Amino acid sequence: MARPYIPSLDLIEPAARGEIWAVARLISRAEAGQPEVREAIGEIYKRAGAAHVIGITGVPGSGKSTLVSKLVRKLLDAGERVAVVAIDPSSPYSGGSILGDRIRMSDLVLDPNVFIRSMATRGAVGGMAHAALDVVDILDLAGFDKIIIETVGVGQDEVEIAKSSHTTVVVSAPGLGDEIQAIKAGILEIADLHVVSKCDRSDANRTLTDLKMMLKDGLGGALTRGWVPPVIGTSSYDDEGFDELVDGFARHLAHLEGPAGQARREQISVFRLKKAAEALMLEMLRSDPSFEPEGKRVAARQTDPYTAASGIVKHFSTEKTHV
Amino acid sequence: MSAPIRVLLAKVGLDGHDRGVKVVARTLRDAGMDVVYTGLHRTPEEVVTAAVQEDVDVLGVSLLSGVQMTVFPKIFALLEQHKVGDMIVIAGGVMPDEDVEELKKMGVAEVLLQDTPPQQIINTLTSLVEARGAR
Repeated sequence: MARPYIPSLDLIEPAARGEIWAVARLISRAEAGQPEVREAIGEIYKRAGAAHVIGITGVPGSGKSTLVSKLVRKLLDAGERVAVVAIDPSSPYSGGSILGDRIRMSDLVLDPNVFIRSMATRGAVGGMAHAALDVVDILDLAGFDKIIIETVGVGQDEVEIAKSSHTTVVVSAPGLGDEIQAIKAGILEIADLHVVSKCDRSDANRTLTDLKMMLKDGLGGALTRGWVPPVIGTSSYDDEGFDELVDGFARHLAHLEGPAGQARREQISVFRLKKAAEALMLEMLRSDPSFEPEGKRVAARQTDPYTAASGIVKHFSTEKTHV
Repeated sequence: MSAPIRVLLAKVGLDGHDRGVKVVARTLRDAGMDVVYTGLHRTPEEVVTAAVQEDVDVLGVSLLSGVQMTVFPKIFALLEQHKVGDMIVIAGGVMPDEDVEELKKMGVAEVLLQDTPPQQIINTLTSLVEARGAR
């Protein structure tokens, strides 16, 4: 029953052939942040880069999961292989989570061209999970053409998804009152495409109009120079608007062929680099043996927290350069 | 910092009673585990595919409809097919003693019947995953 531990480097080839067990195991190890997996992630990074990464974000209850399931169906019909990374929140108390996004995607499960993975935020802010970008590379290696990251329901300033994806979709729903006013300086700025979901509802036109007006007033699009974000109404209930959405992806992808795309890719890489550095520094910090003795000196007021901290940081940036 | 234990909880077939499995899901979440719940009326194929993609440590199948002796052999065959014969499988719900014995012979790691206290569920999963070791 039990089987020996397979080193992560040995999982790369089966994962690249699309063997799901190997893809899934690499993802687990990346998610756990095991140091052993880093070399493999490094190899995978060099081989990845072909997939179109689409981020989908919006307030809780805006219909993201349902929209994703409809969208995946359209992409499959167009002959694409699609992976979905569905992120749900971890409990701030126990650290555990209930990951329920799959429930709304259940009719896709048995399609061999679909891979769905649930991730918990595990304390990460910004609507993303720490390892989400490593996971994207692994799925890229496994040959998925479109990789959809569905964030947790987010509010105003969770904009990390825009620094992680090629195309960012912000989903708004009608009937949430003055929501657009409330978030106009927040996530609406990051949208490459706007979706108003639940357009079978009678008050959807109001939301569509509000959004279009807001964009006309120039309030959208700090990250989207040279691109006017379209506003697309969808109804998962009536299965409407999804062709337009898929077409929007194609047009945005074409837009990214130009200089805008180069800038976007560099922006994503800088963000990743920062994330990776952050993770390493945190890990080194946590395991640094000088905390206890320095802490005692701080407690005795022989030194102050800033001086002691900068001493520790200097010390590990010169001495511990290993991964 | 070790990663949370990942669990997939599933209801298979024509069994609409999911209050129990939801209580278990919450119990495990509160014990710090990541719990994937797939909803009602799933087929063994759907459940195993989801468990493989999610790469869970433990696959928990809740059954209150008496079909355990047909469902579990299918699940084990499918796990083998997906090259994950090492996944820990747990049965939960209401089933006769003689079935419990048969299920364990089949490879079910533990059968947690209707009166199992929450803490015992947590302990069972934790020690099974510990015994398996790193993967």
